[in-house]
Amino acid sequence: MGLFRYTWKTFTRELVLLAAAAIWWVPFYFLVIGALKPQSEVYTTSASKLPSRLAWSNFSQAWAGTGGFTLGHSLKNSFVITVGSVLVLIAIGSISAYAISRQPKKLGTGLYLVFALGIIVPFQLGIIPTYVAMHHLHINTSYVGMILLHAGLLMPLSVFLYTGFVRTIPRDYEEAAYVDGAGRLLTFTRVVFPLLLPITATVAVLTGVIVWNDFFLQLIFLAGSENQTVPVAIYSFVGEYATNWSLIFATVILSIAPILLFYLFAQRQLIRGFTGGIKT
Amino acid sequence: MTDVPANTPLARRLLRFPRRRRERLRGIPVVWVIPGLALAVALHYVAVAAGGWYAFTDWNGISASARWIGLGNFRELLRNQTARSALWHSLELAAAYVVAANVIGLALALGLHRTVKSRNLLRSLFFAPFVLSPLATAYIWRFIFDYNGPFNGMLGAVGLGGWKRTWLGDPTWALWTVLVVMVWQAAGLAMSFYLAGLQGIPEELDEAAAVDGASMWLRLRAVTLPMLAPAMTVSVALATIQGLRVFDVVMALTNGGPGDATETLSTQVFKEGFAANRYGFGAAFALVLTVLIAVISLTQILLLRRREARL
Repeated sequence: MGLFRYTWKTFTRELVLLAAAAIWWVPFYFLVIGALKPQSEVYTTSASKLPSRLAWSNFSQAWAGTGGFTLGHSLKNSFVITVGSVLVLIAIGSISAYAISRQPKKLGTGLYLVFALGIIVPFQLGIIPTYVAMHHLHINTSYVGMILLHAGLLMPLSVFLYTGFVRTIPRDYEEAAYVDGAGRLLTFTRVVFPLLLPITATVAVLTGVIVWNDFFLQLIFLAGSENQTVPVAIYSFVGEYATNWSLIFATVILSIAPILLFYLFAQRQLIRGFTGGIKT
Repeated sequence: MTDVPANTPLARRLLRFPRRRRERLRGIPVVWVIPGLALAVALHYVAVAAGGWYAFTDWNGISASARWIGLGNFRELLRNQTARSALWHSLELAAAYVVAANVIGLALALGLHRTVKSRNLLRSLFFAPFVLSPLATAYIWRFIFDYNGPFNGMLGAVGLGGWKRTWLGDPTWALWTVLVVMVWQAAGLAMSFYLAGLQGIPEELDEAAAVDGASMWLRLRAVTLPMLAPAMTVSVALATIQGLRVFDVVMALTNGGPGDATETLSTQVFKEGFAANRYGFGAAFALVLTVLIAVISLTQILLLRRREARL
């Protein structure tokens, strides 16, 4: 049966799709070209025309930022907040899921539902009280505050993903290890947690990208503070750069480079994570 | 999911222990759940309930106490022109976004499924915009739709110079320009939901239909689309929520303007609640958004699930 063989029709389809992908990526072409053009050329030449010389200085100027904050400073903030949130989501998410699935049936199901329903509850309504409470505790612009905020908001997702996975691993190993004299906590860290590695990877890439790209929360909590993250920094930079597109584009490239690089290496993991991880 | 290899020496050694002694592990102390539970409950239940309460007050964020004003904020919301536009824009955008992202995503998935040689590369290319910051990538589009930008340049080049306009500064077109950027960002996600769904369809089913003489269209309608119903449920429900609470792209492209032509519920939550220090009024917007998301997505899931069952 040759139904799914490669025919000239398939070839046409492939060409059409390649053309569509090229159109999809045209914005990135403008982005790279624009970032490398001398600032005077952006408006005087066509957007698709290559730069007359490569103006790398756009990047150093973008890196320097405005208002006393370098882009590097914001990248560091984004990095600390993202990594911190992901670590909390992995540590607390995995242990919560493990404890939930090792409770008597009714209690376990009840606890699971409390987490799972949290995925559905939209968080916008809770942001104002959270802001007020964190302001009172003086952690509204701190790393700790932002990490707790992101980790708390994504905890239902993490617990949901971990619980689904924990249920598939047999209890024999942990029980044997426990009998072997390892305490409960040691049993968890040495025997159970390593078995969770595949789902840990999914939780990490999924929540990592979500936290890194978040703008709504970070704008509300961090705008104007010295802990401002990349999205907040770009938003305020662009306000000052007006229509200096070369500078804006250089800033955009520097800010999306970390995730783009990450995507090059972990695209399968990311696509699978977003496709299988988000749906409930 | 992982299979723990049951046949390794370590596993055999571990499993040697009699079942009776292993029973002792049954109880993992429930307190292990407390840190995670506390965080999740504080942010998803306590804070949301408190936010619901603020929506009925006139608190400005500074005064010591908030005054209960009943439905006052909601009455103002109905009277206020900007608020009404924001509500309407969120609904319009969400509806158009759900349709456009899913139609394009489905078309891409059907195109990429099975035989195409470069499908892995193409899948990565279409999905990429979704993992990149919506805010950062939206600035590229602001340039593209600028009056002197490449989009108008292209229109001029193909003889449609009369269509040139300041796309993001035009009260009628700005909202739909925002939509284009949203769809560009998210069509790849819809595509990957449908690709995952397509992989679940047994090849024999499709082949059997073809052998029976079913045309491509008939096979699509009678075999493929019904089998994709679960993927559609997820994709549509998720796009609805994303569409209703769109924020980043709007802030980067238009900041809600021109006038209030692209204000949405989320931009109003931010502007009223934080920029204008009207916490109570901002919370009222958030409550409307929350109720909309809850009602629409629950109805959708119930309807789509019922459709799934019928197919």
